[in-house]
Amino acid sequence: MSAAELYQAALKSLAQEASGHGRLDAPGGRALADNPLCGDRVEMEVSLAEGRIAALAHRVQGCLLCRASASAIGRRAPGATPEEVERIAGALQAMLEGSPPPGWDSSWDELAAFAPAQAYRSRHGCVLLPFRALLEALRAARAGVDDGHMSGREQ
Amino acid sequence: MSFDSRALRRQFPLFTRQPALHYLDNAATAQLPQVVLDALIAHETGRRANVARGAYPLAEEATEAYALARERVRRFLNAASVAEVVFTSGTTASINFFAHGFGARLGAGDEILVSEAEHHSNFVPWQQLAERSGARLRLLPLAADGRIDAARIEQFVSARLKLVAITHCSNVTGALTDLAAVVRAAHAVGARVMVDGAQAAQHGAPDVQALGVDAYAFSGHKCFGPNAIGVLWVRAELLETLPPVFAGGGMVGHVSLAKTTYAEPPARFEAGTPPIAQAVGLGAALEWMASLCWPEIRAHEERLGRCLLDALAAMPDVRILGPREMRERLPIVAFAVDGVHPHDLTQVLGDYGVCLRGGHHCAQPLHAAFGLEASARASLALYNDDADIDALLAGLDRARTMLR
Repeated sequence: MSAAELYQAALKSLAQEASGHGRLDAPGGRALADNPLCGDRVEMEVSLAEGRIAALAHRVQGCLLCRASASAIGRRAPGATPEEVERIAGALQAMLEGSPPPGWDSSWDELAAFAPAQAYRSRHGCVLLPFRALLEALRAARAGVDDGHMSGREQ
Repeated sequence: MSFDSRALRRQFPLFTRQPALHYLDNAATAQLPQVVLDALIAHETGRRANVARGAYPLAEEATEAYALARERVRRFLNAASVAEVVFTSGTTASINFFAHGFGARLGAGDEILVSEAEHHSNFVPWQQLAERSGARLRLLPLAADGRIDAARIEQFVSARLKLVAITHCSNVTGALTDLAAVVRAAHAVGARVMVDGAQAAQHGAPDVQALGVDAYAFSGHKCFGPNAIGVLWVRAELLETLPPVFAGGGMVGHVSLAKTTYAEPPARFEAGTPPIAQAVGLGAALEWMASLCWPEIRAHEERLGRCLLDALAAMPDVRILGPREMRERLPIVAFAVDGVHPHDLTQVLGDYGVCLRGGHHCAQPLHAAFGLEASARASLALYNDDADIDALLAGLDRARTMLR
């Protein structure tokens, strides 16, 4: 595995697209997630309607992998249920750790761009950080605890 | 004869096994020369026993080896006495140790002064101390070039100031601190000065008596020694007044059901079985350093550092963090490249055998002062050469192409 395979065109264009970048006017839940190793930070906002993600927005200070991952979320997460997001995040983590469940990327095919990151353990956290933020924001939204303050866990 | 870094490099097994490696992460950890590995193996295979416990010959030899390691540290620091040398697991442990020992005497109304340039290991322990003691934590700001603005220390000095905890050299900017100004101002009001020497010690022995500081911390693994060994040096008249931080075997005078008395320093501060082989390895590393010609090494490191700084400064998309002149810094060079995240940059460089660190380098307040979250850092040591710099610069070009 090489850096050239990791930083392929699909990954770079996903990061450059920055789908979902921005803020929501009235989010139902928010979270802030930090990568303590490198200082990457993801702020995620979500709104739920009828048990599905109605809208989300994120702001990312991070590397290409982190930005691409957040962009994949921006593309695919609206309309998904929290349970689907949790399943996909789990499958992505399992893929990075070398045990991808069958058809792990069938629903969000953008995630295949992260397969080369499997070889770089120190980068797994970069890929997973936006998902951690999203799951935390969803928990906050479902708990109805958003009061305008960050509800996420800083690590 | 000019300095031969290639000859020095041959003393390091890692570079013999990986001759194409361009290791430029020495601020994180330095490599081990064969002489240190030999000392570790000789100790563990020939003198392994606990120290200060047994009377049998093997235990005596281990105790002697441990005592010799402490004497070698004393010589490295030019400390007045081996009783001032406390072995710890590293700089972080040393600073935490001092924060708990010295901090026990602080309370509301007292002030601790640190700088914005500190590694988290010389910031968070003091932040925690301020929280638990009620003492006030104050911050010495940076000058425009990223150096600690020691000239402004007079603004922070008063009878309330009890301690200045400051780095000898920033692990990000490489900037050297004007310790003379700090010591002068602090001592004028009776405050103590503790120095984080984690970075400086790799680039030549610090003379704690000449520096005039009260405590100095450094790590073995950054000084060509093993991991899990560090040193806290504290001036005797201060160390003798500190309470023990850890309690257990080896640090006591006498224990009864009613009361425990404590041993004299340094034993008072080394509860439990110490890192014996690691101390022996550190002693060997410091002796190896002492055998080198430091004027030549400093000239070599300065020349390489200047080459790197000049090359980076000529790149319009690169921002160097910290001072530009080598007389103000050590060869630790952090920089940011427009549109290229340091994590991605160092990943690509790694493919070309160039080992750099990308991230906040455990100095988030310092990066915040620069308006950045992270940077890439090349940190040079005595075995680096022009080929390492060339490989880094070539790798930067490749990374720009790959990542943009």
